[in-house]
Amino acid sequence: MKNRDLAFWLFLTPVLLGLGLVVIVPLIYGTIYSFTDWNGLTANKFIGFDHYIKLLQDEGFLNSIWFTIKFSVVTVFLLNFFGLALALLVTRKLKSSNLLRTVFFMPNLIGGLILGFIWQFIFVSVFDDAGKLLGIEGLQGWLSTTTTGFWGLVILTVWQMAGYIMIIYIAYLQNIPTELIESSKIDGANSFQRFKSITFPLVAPAFTVSMFLTLSTSFKMYDQNLSLTGGGPFESTQMVAMNIVKTAFGANEMAYGQAKAVIFFIIVAVISLTQVYYNKKREVDM
Amino acid sequence: MISKRNKYIGEILALLLGLVWISPFYLMLVNAFKSKREIFTDVLGLPEGFQTKNFVEAFIDLDFINSLLNSVIVTGLSIAVIVFFSSMAGYALARNKSKLSAMILLLFVGAMLIPFQSVMIPLVALFGKVEMLNRFGLIFMYLGFGSSLSIFLYHGAMTGISRSLDEAATIDGANKFQTFRHIIFPLLKPISMTVGILNVIWIWNDYLLPSLVLSESNATIPLKMFYFFGQYTKQWHLALAGLTIAIIPVIIGYFLAQRQIIAGVAEGALK
Repeated sequence: MKNRDLAFWLFLTPVLLGLGLVVIVPLIYGTIYSFTDWNGLTANKFIGFDHYIKLLQDEGFLNSIWFTIKFSVVTVFLLNFFGLALALLVTRKLKSSNLLRTVFFMPNLIGGLILGFIWQFIFVSVFDDAGKLLGIEGLQGWLSTTTTGFWGLVILTVWQMAGYIMIIYIAYLQNIPTELIESSKIDGANSFQRFKSITFPLVAPAFTVSMFLTLSTSFKMYDQNLSLTGGGPFESTQMVAMNIVKTAFGANEMAYGQAKAVIFFIIVAVISLTQVYYNKKREVDM
Repeated sequence: MISKRNKYIGEILALLLGLVWISPFYLMLVNAFKSKREIFTDVLGLPEGFQTKNFVEAFIDLDFINSLLNSVIVTGLSIAVIVFFSSMAGYALARNKSKLSAMILLLFVGAMLIPFQSVMIPLVALFGKVEMLNRFGLIFMYLGFGSSLSIFLYHGAMTGISRSLDEAATIDGANKFQTFRHIIFPLLKPISMTVGILNVIWIWNDYLLPSLVLSESNATIPLKMFYFFGQYTKQWHLALAGLTIAIIPVIIGYFLAQRQIIAGVAEGALK
């Protein structure tokens, strides 16, 4: 097919319309509107950087960014740790390997909103009961403080997504030639040495994939945040996505919400591009 | 060498970890059968009498048949639209080696960097203006958000399909669309499975977008679940029964197509 072929353009029209009207046009409009007094229906005048100056002093917004960053760093670290650990576990020749794979992966298929509600019950009722039974005070009052809300969100997310990251690591682990493992055994390497010198370097590219996925997912998280803590107590566990939604659709400050959304876009894009660049470079270096 | 005993210990520890992993589902299910009072006094034990009426009440309040139908309609039509149009686009882009074609592919791939929350406010405003905040609008939005990854996957899969097939079809008198429909599309079936699975998982569970677009009468399961849960915050017995009902369709789907789902997810993540 050539550029001037009608068929080429006919084949592309539906998706170009989709991307254009759903993503590109709103992004451009939104960016322009963020510099106006737009109220969702009409925009009367340009107000320059007013919204952007305002958001720099908006404590709720700044807190939500900081909370999201902390959450993402901890989650990405734990997810990769558990993902790799589960992958190593189910690729050992256990009788229950297939069953375990099914079990570990299952939470991924269920929506974050529903899982958040289930875990709300676990943290609030089950933890409380278990705390009384075992005499552990630390298990009581979960989700009622910022710290327990934070760790609640981390536990939920790691539990939900670890099986997904596991699948990625399994794919890489299965690509390791068995001769390599066999010959290292003959050379007398113990299992830790084998992991350090063979397995680990060969699954390193999986970090690229899984860190990109986990970082962007945890940064954009909304459903779990809404159903588990609702941002509380006192909006202290509110993540960026929820802050934007509440500004725009709760407080009806459309243009201001969009200014936050533009900043959010820039942060996410910079993180993603840096990550892809850095990981590609490291892969080549190795 | 791993001794036999060590092996058994490993096996048992792995199974224990598996049990811990599914314990939230177990606790949900067990407590969904308890009465309100029982949940207050004993969360960890087994239910005394099986309160099946929790499920009946939750089923009715969730308007479950209707919510399920809404979810099936939205997800089903969105997947059909995404698979059909993205495969066409992937084919066209793969068979055109020009710079422009490469640029268009890059545009789609680059669009994956744009988070949903960055465009949702103007998106809802624009679609509201033209009265498209309904199911049709929603399905079109899913095409817009879902086509990027799907086109990327189809484009990758096209490299494995020889051009000589197109040429043979052209000689036989088929036009471009016929060639695609009868020769290429059937060969893309494995990747269509992957595209379908990835998009089903996402769209079926999506909450935020439908919550901005759909009215309550068209609510999908996650949306309805949110309203439902708001009603029953202090009544865990009903809330848990509702949650159990809501995940049953997913569990059934998982057991029917477990292998394909895991393979599809792996493929989508690794490309």
